[in-house]
Amino acid sequence: MTETSDSVTLTLAPAGDRLPEFRPGQFAMLYAHGIGEIPISVSAIPGDGTLVHTIRAVGPVSRALHDAEPGTVLGVRGPFGTAWRLDDDEGLLLVAGGIGLAPLRPVLRQALACRSSRRVILIAGARTPADLLYREELRRLSDMDGPEVVLTVDRGEVGWNGRVGFVTEPLATHPIDPAHTTALLCGPEPMMRFCARALLGRGVPAERIEVSLERNMQCGNGLCGHCQLGPLLVCRDGPVVGYPVAEPLFPVKEL
Amino acid sequence: MTDPHSGTPLLAGLSEAQRSVVEATGRIEEYTPGTRLFDEGGDADRCWLIISGQVAVDTHVLHRGPVTLQSVGAGELLGWSWLIPPYRWHFGAVTVAPTRALVLDASQVRVLVETDPELGFLLTRILLETLVNRLQATRLRLLDLYRNPA
Ligand SMILES: Cc1cc2nc3c(=O)[nH]c(=O)nc-3n(C[C@H](O)[C@H](O)[C@H](O)COP(=O)(O)OP(=O)(O)OC[C@H]3O[C@@H](n4cnc5c(N)ncnc54)[C@H](O)[C@@H]3O)c2cc1C
Ligand code: FES
Repeated sequence: MTETSDSVTLTLAPAGDRLPEFRPGQFAMLYAHGIGEIPISVSAIPGDGTLVHTIRAVGPVSRALHDAEPGTVLGVRGPFGTAWRLDDDEGLLLVAGGIGLAPLRPVLRQALACRSSRRVILIAGARTPADLLYREELRRLSDMDGPEVVLTVDRGEVGWNGRVGFVTEPLATHPIDPAHTTALLCGPEPMMRFCARALLGRGVPAERIEVSLERNMQCGNGLCGHCQLGPLLVCRDGPVVGYPVAEPLFPVKEL
Repeated sequence: MTDPHSGTPLLAGLSEAQRSVVEATGRIEEYTPGTRLFDEGGDADRCWLIISGQVAVDTHVLHRGPVTLQSVGAGELLGWSWLIPPYRWHFGAVTVAPTRALVLDASQVRVLVETDPELGFLLTRILLETLVNRLQATRLRLLDLYRNPA
């Protein structure tokens, strides 16, 4: 399914053995035959053995996956990595930038499916309205009594009545209960850094802020060292880590 | 959290007395979507502390009409050109949702700022914080972080 001018959502059904169940935040290594293999997060976990991924074409492998026709056989390995912390009843604040919404979408879906009293807020940013992922789904969500959805774009367009601005702006003022909020951040690193600082400023404890890190990967399971970031192997110790772990690593360039 | 009395968390750092003095310069107003609050170049004689709703700050671009530069929503301050001469709006502003705001009279607030240095300092700091946050957000948007790198 086409999402934006450069991203699609693919549903993969097992051609052989079913993979173990994924958890929100984890990723699979997807292999486009003859081209290469890259990490892609799960963007929905249907529970019937299929896997849903949203892929933005940025280079050869992601382009090949993006262009895959129905029926194409892809290599899939996983699940890999750590998952979002969802284990208590605190309010959830999801902050996503660009394709960073993909790994947070299973959290939204799970929150809807559980119908718990947990308050869920999504603040999502994109370049333009046309770059917003899952627009229909998000519109439906904001019409329902479910998560509170705040969308904001860098550049507005005629007919766009949502917010124009960076995600840090609604983040600074949207009503939350800081002491009882767990914040999950996913997007470009500077975005996560500024969002985390804004949240700390509002009184959200550092240990209740989680971020999803991105590094180049090869093996996906802690063997090759390609994804090393300071003391972490992002494929094994991440991608989801607590802000106290991520904060000192953010300025460290890829090794 | 939004304070139901002042309608804005922005004044939370003021004492009760200071807050009443500031609030006394204004009144609560409600607007339907599409209400133009001010135009580029007009007299900057008011400022809005948004209680709920959303306002688009815009500028007129030839052949494109008004283009939204930024949104201002609940808990935020709209309009700061009233503090610095020549007190004219740099941009325009139009509501895009039903909006409720505490509207302050800029000339009265300016008098407060000038005659009560302590209150003046606190109000200037509130304004400065708003400006710094907007500047940071604008810089991050300029980085074009979500762009496709290919
Ligand atoms: C844990 C994890 C989860 C991920 N989940 C997703 C996902 O759900 N959906 C998705 O589309 N992508 C996701 N990615 C990113 C994806 O893996 C990369 O985009 C991919 O590796 C690019 O490979 P390529 O061969 O197509 O391009 P390359 O040849 O590797 O890169 C082409 C160009 O794009 C730049 N680039 C590569 N990756 C990124 C990136 N992530 N952001 C910005 N610029 C980049 C490169 O610097 C280069 O300029 C994830 C990455 C990680 C580590
Ligand atoms: S990708 Fe090989 S160690 Fe992480």
